Amino acid sequence: MTKRFGELTAVDHVDLTVAAGEIYGFLGPNGSGKTTFLRILCGLLRADDGSGRVLGHDVIAESEAIKREVGYMTQRFSFWEDLSIEENLDFVARMYDVKNRRQTVRESIEQLGLAERKDQLAGELSGGWKQRLALAACLIHRPKLLLLDEPTAGVDPKARRDFWEQIHQLAAQALTFLITTHYMDEAERCQRLAYISKGKLLAAGTVDEVISRVGLTTWSVRGRDLAQLAEQLRKTPGVQQAVAFGNSLHVSSTDAAALQRAIAPFRHEPYDWRQIPSGLEDAFISLMEHDRSTA
Amino acid sequence: MKQPHRFSFQRLRGIIAKEFTQMRRDRLTFAMMLGIPLLQLTLFGYAINSDPRHLPAAVLLADQGPQGRTLLYAMKNSTFFNFVRQVKTEREGRELLERGQVLFVVNIPENFSRDLWRGDRPEVLVEADATDPVATSTALGSLGSLFDTALQNDLKGSLATLAGTSGPIDLRVHALYNPEVVTQYNIVPGLMGVILTMTMVMITGLAITRERERGTMENLLSMPTRPSEVLIGKIVPYILVGYIQVAVILIAASFLFHVPIEGSIILLGVVALVFIAANLAMGITFSTIAKNQLQAVQMTFFFFLPSILLSGFMFPFRGMPRWAQMLGEVLPLTHFLRIVRGILLKGNGIADVSLQLWQLALFALVALTIGIKRYRQTLD
Repeated sequence: MTKRFGELTAVDHVDLTVAAGEIYGFLGPNGSGKTTFLRILCGLLRADDGSGRVLGHDVIAESEAIKREVGYMTQRFSFWEDLSIEENLDFVARMYDVKNRRQTVRESIEQLGLAERKDQLAGELSGGWKQRLALAACLIHRPKLLLLDEPTAGVDPKARRDFWEQIHQLAAQALTFLITTHYMDEAERCQRLAYISKGKLLAAGTVDEVISRVGLTTWSVRGRDLAQLAEQLRKTPGVQQAVAFGNSLHVSSTDAAALQRAIAPFRHEPYDWRQIPSGLEDAFISLMEHDRSTA
Repeated sequence: MKQPHRFSFQRLRGIIAKEFTQMRRDRLTFAMMLGIPLLQLTLFGYAINSDPRHLPAAVLLADQGPQGRTLLYAMKNSTFFNFVRQVKTEREGRELLERGQVLFVVNIPENFSRDLWRGDRPEVLVEADATDPVATSTALGSLGSLFDTALQNDLKGSLATLAGTSGPIDLRVHALYNPEVVTQYNIVPGLMGVILTMTMVMITGLAITRERERGTMENLLSMPTRPSEVLIGKIVPYILVGYIQVAVILIAASFLFHVPIEGSIILLGVVALVFIAANLAMGITFSTIAKNQLQAVQMTFFFFLPSILLSGFMFPFRGMPRWAQMLGEVLPLTHFLRIVRGILLKGNGIADVSLQLWQLALFALVALTIGIKRYRQTLD
């Protein structure tokens, strides 16, 4: 898929396969083209180049059929704030020609646990509740694929965890998810991942596959004055990144031997060095750094 | 590839129901829909009095005889004129006119009475402030018959022969005034068109740009809705609003301003439907161009001003230059004004208004087609 806006190529030959029933994470910095890609899939934007099939339908020619089987949750809350919870759900149900509309809406409200607040205006809801309402509305026509664009932005950790519980339950019922996120813990909850930057797909696969593909060696240091150490290490050739993780510092490079040489002068008291398996976050920071240095 | 996707009344009903609910919640817009007709009716109907009386006038009375005074008393009694000043020279009178202190200067020359008795048809000059022709035309129009009846008593007996002929006085009016006598009968029916133009174009313009501004358009587009469903769904609720406005204006026209309703109300209802649809379609077309609600409002005014100025509402249509008339012919308000005045005041029937009605319908069709064509189903 390719999508251009004037000079800018927002999505540059992104090639992606998501298996049915999978939770697929879509990561990348702001402005990397994640939202554009989702919008192409659900027919909101037309791709300039490329082809694709969503649930067996051609992305470009059969966008109407796709719309009926896909639920798309926008990044910004996009339901009607001057309509009540019930009115919003009822409207969406009507737009999809849902059978037994009233009953479906009632069930949806009960599942949400909002039976008593169904007459409350959507605009008065908190961020967490808005997100739950949006998800319920996206599910009301029983889609087979859900495209969620940063669904948990601005939602507290408890609500985020509940949300992911629900995603996993739904995935168990053969629903497929394509979710964009910035959160590493969320990325790790996905079965497979893709990393996109400046419109280009940089890595794709399971969490372990993505980490091993980046091929990073990481050392963890503990001790005093880590901030100062980090500063010195960043200036040392052979060290690609030095990132603070709580009370420790992760020092990584794709060249294990060079890293070993580089950190040798610092391996003394009060520092405690230990080689650790690289995490997803280390891998992504590496991808982002690499991307910036080549730009 | 064929897409098994038909127009759905279920969806259309859904959109209509949503619009009504949002309309009810949006107090300001709702107040505007009722407030604008009432405010404009009061402003145009009462404040802007096109049949003004007690207009300030000055008199230059050179005549020593009784008939000059008779004329002045008659003018005063007609309640159109209120003599506030007596001037000595024409120059003085002109100055008063220029400064706007009087609207008229009545000049009764020396030997007016004597010339009248002789049957020489003496000249009476009335200079009128033509900058506001609407204000002065009724008063000026009344002068001819006013003078004739005023002098009837004095011209009995030996002078009776003069009364019957071309009139005993040579009345000269120096003013450029409206060829059409504009009165409230003319303005109130016209207001119906003006109010509908303003509110209908703006409300639909807002209804669609609002979805875009709040980000809900992205959501609406990701659903399997068709452009025609969305656009018609947004038009229908406001047709009802338009009818409520028509009813308010008709009731006010009849009870407050005693405008006669000579023709058929049902015919008026049919015409109003076409006119409302034309304006709503215009609003939709604007909304496909405007990026936000503010631009939609600006475009409304861009359309509203020529409508008011060139349709014959403010100025007599035939008094305008040719290019302005041609522009005016394109505007739906021009045709609606002719129809509505025809029906209400002249009792026009369907045959009389059919040409104008077709022109209105054509405008509505063209505007709606452009609107649907321009309404994008994608975000790019």
